[in-house]
Amino acid sequence: MLAIVIPVSFAILGIAFLLTLLRLVRGPSLPDRIVALDTLNVNAIALIVVYGISLRSTVFFEAALLIALMGFVGTVALTKYLQRGDIIELN
Amino acid sequence: MQTVVEAIVSALLLVGSLFTLIGAIGLARLPDFFMRLHGPTKSTTLGVGGIVLASVIYFSAHNHFASLHELLIPAFLFLTAPISAHMLAKAGIQQRVPLSAGTRGRPPATGACAEHGDTREMSADEDANDGKPAQDA
Repeated sequence: MLAIVIPVSFAILGIAFLLTLLRLVRGPSLPDRIVALDTLNVNAIALIVVYGISLRSTVFFEAALLIALMGFVGTVALTKYLQRGDIIELN
Repeated sequence: MQTVVEAIVSALLLVGSLFTLIGAIGLARLPDFFMRLHGPTKSTTLGVGGIVLASVIYFSAHNHFASLHELLIPAFLFLTAPISAHMLAKAGIQQRVPLSAGTRGRPPATGACAEHGDTREMSADEDANDGKPAQDA
């Protein structure tokens, strides 16, 4: 059963990637593009976890956790830059 | 036993992938920035939660011990998705993204009000708040 479901899951996640990429290219405003980048991060985490199930290997979870951490930091930095014009304000 | 575990893992994988797809469709097709924010921040996060739950069940049955360290990923995502959505909504208010007619409620007109996350009207309230401490002191 998993031999059928895992490729189907890959295909669905690929369609989700393409739709998010469409919004990243088309997005009329800058916050739209940041939302699309954040969604690409989350989709990449899902794809890596499904890939780990398909290979029966647990070594990919650290990569997924790192992508989650760095994606959040990147989103916060981008929104901070968009709001304030600066990321780390010293004064 | 193995068949039951495979069925549960397959169902969770399909449900998680479909939630992720629904979030991406919402991001691609909704007409407004504040509407588009709903898809990724709720539906996609729940989809990743379902996929990671499938992975936890699969590896717990495969290795004969509970492998719970994958649950760190949805725990971290459930913590950080509302924070990033809040910051993105504030950035959208400040950038004055165009709103569709179906979006109820308008962000404040002045930029200083939006920057402090304050959605009240700027006119009379601010003067009243400024006046009160001066009278008390």
